[in-house]
Amino acid sequence: MALSGIQIYKLLPQTNCKECGFPTCLAFAMKLAAKQVELSACPYVTEESKSQLAASSAPPIRLITLKSNGYEVKAGNEVVLFRHEKTYYNKPGIFVKISDNQPGEEIQSITKKIDSYEVNYVGMNLTVDGIAIENASENEEKFIDTIKIVRSISKRPIILVGKNSKAIEGGLEYLKGETTLVHGADPTNWEVMADLCKKYGSALSIISNKLETIADLTEKIKSKGVEDIVIDPSPANLSLSLFLNTQIRRQAIKKNIKPLGYPTIAFPTKLTSAVQAITKYTGFIVLDSFAEELLYPLLVLRQNIYTDPQKPIQVTPGLYEINNPEFESPVLVTTNFSITYFSVANEVEGSGMPAWLLVADAEGMSVLTAWAAGKFDAERIAKSVKSFNVAEKVSKKRLVIPGAVAVLSGELENELSDWEIRVGPREAVDLPKFMKLVL
Amino acid sequence: MPIELIKEKWPGSVRTVIIGATEAEGGTRKKTVTVGGETTLPFLHFEGEIKNPPVVAIEIRDRKPEDWSPLLIEYWKDVINDPAEWAKAAENYGADLIQLTLSLTDEAGNPMTPEKAAETVKAVLKKTTIPLIVFGPGQAEIDNQLIVAVAEATKGERLVLGICEDKNYRTIVATAMANDHLITARTAMDVNLAKQLNILISDMGLPLDRILMDPTTGALGYGIEYGFSVMERLRLAALQGDSMTQFPMIVTPGFEAWKTKESKVGEGVPAAWGDWNKRAINWEVTTAMTLLESGADIIVLRHPESMKQIKEAISELMMAPEMI
Ligand code: B12
Ligand code: SF4
Repeated sequence: MALSGIQIYKLLPQTNCKECGFPTCLAFAMKLAAKQVELSACPYVTEESKSQLAASSAPPIRLITLKSNGYEVKAGNEVVLFRHEKTYYNKPGIFVKISDNQPGEEIQSITKKIDSYEVNYVGMNLTVDGIAIENASENEEKFIDTIKIVRSISKRPIILVGKNSKAIEGGLEYLKGETTLVHGADPTNWEVMADLCKKYGSALSIISNKLETIADLTEKIKSKGVEDIVIDPSPANLSLSLFLNTQIRRQAIKKNIKPLGYPTIAFPTKLTSAVQAITKYTGFIVLDSFAEELLYPLLVLRQNIYTDPQKPIQVTPGLYEINNPEFESPVLVTTNFSITYFSVANEVEGSGMPAWLLVADAEGMSVLTAWAAGKFDAERIAKSVKSFNVAEKVSKKRLVIPGAVAVLSGELENELSDWEIRVGPREAVDLPKFMKLVL
Repeated sequence: MPIELIKEKWPGSVRTVIIGATEAEGGTRKKTVTVGGETTLPFLHFEGEIKNPPVVAIEIRDRKPEDWSPLLIEYWKDVINDPAEWAKAAENYGADLIQLTLSLTDEAGNPMTPEKAAETVKAVLKKTTIPLIVFGPGQAEIDNQLIVAVAEATKGERLVLGICEDKNYRTIVATAMANDHLITARTAMDVNLAKQLNILISDMGLPLDRILMDPTTGALGYGIEYGFSVMERLRLAALQGDSMTQFPMIVTPGFEAWKTKESKVGEGVPAAWGDWNKRAINWEVTTAMTLLESGADIIVLRHPESMKQIKEAISELMMAPEMI
């Protein structure tokens, strides 16, 4: 938690010597609180004050970055309890778990699927962040073999799950140079796990559903020199996980309780738990199986919840070419809200028919929102038709408008007197059929 | 290290609303449904009381819908032409409530008449024992005609009548007052709009324990983040003591999720979308669960499998966890 100007002032020499360039220590403190100056401008701060100030400026939830060759996944560094207060920053890393008890071919084929999974959502390619490998066999060799298979196929970050410290050590040795996450330490084995993580520079998760035990363990592990810690509150049900994640987040953000200032990890075994993890503060999510129809909604939800509420995702207004349109191709108009644009563009593209897609500047709003806000009216549409010189690109001046704003057709005919206005279907899904039949 | 739980002290709470009336209370329902009453954020038992668990309604139509996903049409095929049977089936699947939406026209394309609408609602009531929510087709004038007829034909049942919007609420509110029903007030994802409409409605004299609010939601991938945040903000405002936001929230994730391409289309879609039927249900469950976490009291769904998952989640969330 950041200190106020007054709190910072108390840590300064209070001599008003002006060497920092400010008339008083208080003035300097105010600027420091506003992050407009550097502490180093005051030559007289004591070492003790320096360390206190540094600790207070550290983020309330530590940023943890797992790294492998070419990939990284981050969690933590959050500053709010509700996304409308600012935004949530680091999307929880989504991992899929593989067990070393599975046969080799199965491990290969699942790893391939996980690694190559990619789904397009409003122009973004969403993928799985990494793979968790569980030492279910408790056998060291089997574990290393599994890690080798996984690494021969996927370069994504890895979470090592297991209780056998020998096996974990073998895994860490094999993955030397990467930042992996070891899962995990509990009151009985934390010491050896912490030593291993210190040695290999990896992060360590701690397992407990008692807040006090969690805080004790993070402190102990930190004192062993491991700074990258993740908390597994290992809840028995949705109620407990909500309670623990809410408390951990509140303690970190509202009271700056450092021993709880770490991202959490969850191992959901059903969809509703995974949804809760995404909406309620979790930093890493390990799914227990791979299924496209499960990953797609979860990756989209994560994207949605972590968008900045102040900035709707937009595309640049303009005249877009789909399937190489020509002089005779039809013109469709839509708004520059990303979700809207891509719903329409994907359908037109899928229809295989060439078309011009005119994207009007509707300040990043959906069709009806923009219409209701006066940002997608006849005047604005006509303006885009003119400013993007659409008339010069086509032989048939015919403009298709979204079915949802059919009411605009009259006004548009007035604004664009030499154009024919056609009302399209309400939903973009019905566009291919409409285009084939009507255009 | 000792950790002291951080508990907020909320001066406000959500009003309690009872839907439906038993015979003794002037209706015909075997049981009523009570929602609201929360004195804290969703399911934070350590901080306050979640007096009533959120409930699930199943959405049905007065006739076979033309624009529904083929998966739903197939699922409900045995009852889809008979709203009373459809409602009965939904009740048998475990729905707490039925949400019936009236259509603009009948099967033959003739305009829906007030008489027929009232007949349909009575038939549904007769076949079921749980409380009922009735929405008009969504066109102001027709909504008013149909809903008034329904309200009068079912006086005393404490139905939820909808949808009241800023341009069209007076007639529905008046008929709810005259016939002992409740209403739901919908606004477009905005705290101030919601408050304004609630003020207008309560100014007409409808008792406050007969109002539900629908903050509107978008489906997963189609604006759900706005619904999520506006619900969090409305619930925070209610707990902070803002009287005109202290109503239980009803949301329609079923309607929204099943409108999306992900739910409607099985062929010619990316392989990365996975199995169609499972994906469609996952889409509905993900949308609904997100809204449950942000404060929904009544969740209107379309598929019984989604209802099962959401009801399981509700019962888990209602367990008070032992603290620390
Ligand atoms: C999310 C949302 C918002 C977000 C904005 C998100 C954004 N960036 O646009 C917020 C919360 C900010 C918002 C605000 C408002 N909203 Co709003 N909002 C919605 C909501 C929930 C979803 C909209 C959405 O994203 N849809 C998904 C996109 C993809 O849909 P779409 O753009 O329509 O595109 C589809 C089709 O139109 C079609 N299509 C698109 N282009 C084309 C082109 C052609 C040629 C064809 C054929 C088809 C086609 O394909 C797409 C997929 O099928 C809807 C209600 C709902 N559930 O739908 C209300 C809704 C659109 N909002 C509404 C209103 C009134 C408002 C406000 C005016 C309220 C207010 N006074 O504050 C404001 C206006 C904004 C402002 N003044 O700043 C109303 C509009 C009512 C009406 N008919 O006039 C709605 C319908 C809610 C309601 N029932 O009252 N809103
Ligand atoms: S240089 Fe340091 S001691 Fe001197 S006025 Fe500035 S803050 Fe105060």
